[in-house]
Order: sequence, then C-alpha cells, then structure tokens
Amino acid sequence: MSAVGLHHYLILGAMLFVVGLFGIFLNRKNVIIILMSIELILLAVNINFVAFSKYLGDATGQIFTFFVMAVAAAEAAIGLALLVAFFRTRATIDVEEIDSLKG
Amino acid sequence: MSSVADVVFYLFAAVLLIAATRVISVRNPVHAALFLVLTFFSAAGLFVLLGAEFLAAILVMVYMGAVAVLFLFVVMLLDVDFAALRRGARRHLPLGLVIGATILVEMGALLLAYHPATPTATGEEVANTLTLGRLLYTRYLYPFEIASLVLLLALVGAIVLTLRQRRVRRQCISLQVARTSAEAVTLKKVAPGEGA
Repeated sequence: MSAVGLHHYLILGAMLFVVGLFGIFLNRKNVIIILMSIELILLAVNINFVAFSKYLGDATGQIFTFFVMAVAAAEAAIGLALLVAFFRTRATIDVEEIDSLKG
Repeated sequence: MSSVADVVFYLFAAVLLIAATRVISVRNPVHAALFLVLTFFSAAGLFVLLGAEFLAAILVMVYMGAVAVLFLFVVMLLDVDFAALRRGARRHLPLGLVIGATILVEMGALLLAYHPATPTATGEEVANTLTLGRLLYTRYLYPFEIASLVLLLALVGAIVLTLRQRRVRRQCISLQVARTSAEAVTLKKVAPGEGA
C-alpha cells in the first residue's frame, strides 16, 4: 500500500493547527486575519477527522467534519457581521481598540 | 501507482502549509483571503486522496465559494487603511495568476493520482456520498436538523446585526387623506391681552 499513512495526515493537521494558532498571535491588530486563522484551525481539525475516518474505516468522522463545517460557516457569518457592525460605530477594526468592557 | 499518490500528498501538503503561512503573514487582507482560497483547495485535494469526495466538493463549494468570498466582500467593504487596494487591481493580477496556476497544477496532479475504482478502507462498495447520506439521514438525523437550525440562527443573527434602520420620513397618502379637521384643527377661546 501507500507509504503515506495516518501519521502523515496527523502531522500535517498539527502543523496547520500551529500555523493557525500562530496567526492569532501574529496579527493582534486585524480581526479579519484572526477570523481567517480560526478557519485554518478548524480546517486542521477537519483533516484529522477525515484521516481517522479513512484509516479506522468509520464514516462517522466525515459526518463530524460536516458539522464542523456548518458551525464554521455560521461562525464566519456572525463574526464578519459583528465586524461590520463594529466598524460602523468605531471606524476601526483594531483589536486593541475594542476594550470598552474593561472598565 | 502508490508512489504517485505519495508525491501528490506531499505536493498538496506543501502547498497547504505554504498558503496557510502566507495567510497569516501577508500585510494585505485581500491577499490573505486569496491564499485562504488556495489553502482550502489544497485541503479539498487531500480529502479526495483520503476517499472523502463528498466533503471535498462541499469544501470547494462552501468554503471557496461562500466563506472566502464573504471574507473578500468584508475586506473590500470596510474602508480600512490599505491604500494599496485603491491603486488598482492590476497589482493583484500576478498573485491571482500564481494562485490560479497552482490550483490548475494541483488538479492535474490529482487526476494522475486518483483512482476511483480503489476500494475504501470500509470494504464497502457503495460510494462515499451514499454512505454519508445514509448515516446523515438515519443515525445522525437530529444533529443534522440542529445544524440546520444553527445555520438559520446565523442567518438571522447576521441580518439583525447589520440591519440599519434609516430615519427617513416617507409620505403616506392614505394617512394624509384620512386626516379630518376634527383632529387637525383646535379652536381656542383666547381672552384679550393674555395670549394662548
């Protein structure tokens, strides 16, 4: 069989997860890039789910990828709507400006 | 044939990681959204290699078609301080060409490596979509319905968050016609020298 196995996909998912996590810390100012980083993290989770689904022979992993995708789409829509609403009132998307609740 | 699949895996994995790194490192959010499209496409290719064709199709349609375009819309809608965006779309042309060419090469490589006749690990002969559909509409029916509810909630929530009420006074002819002198005019008896 193929030399590429479950471990390769898991390592790839871990690397993608780290890239997404790193993006949140790297772009502390831009909410749009932070939302994209969250999408990358969810994609890493999906890769793990599908890889396990293949190598364990259970289609349930793909079903869960389905639900993760639905939640990710809802999260992107709500997050970007919040972003638009915030930009209208404050004319900025800098995360460090969003501190009105700090007191 | 398995070596071809290995090469394609490494190709897609490399493109995926490079594109993901570019998403978080480029300055221009438009470029970040374009690299996000490339990332999703590479992930869809990996899904095909894993035998999950339906999820690959969903990834291309939902993520590249909807979520990434949503990101692009918002980036272009918000007038954030990237003046480079206004200098003309021709500057983005080389990047778009590179991403398009990469996607093309990936599609070609995928066609070389993918053999649909290969039996899946489950040993079943039914197609991936059929398997998922059977599971989704039997054992996972309630979670499926709840997921649709979540999407509906997101739809309503996004509209509520961004809907702006405009305070524009519009003419309502029926109200004007229905107005009578009884409610429009009041007569007052004003004593001389006192005012109303």
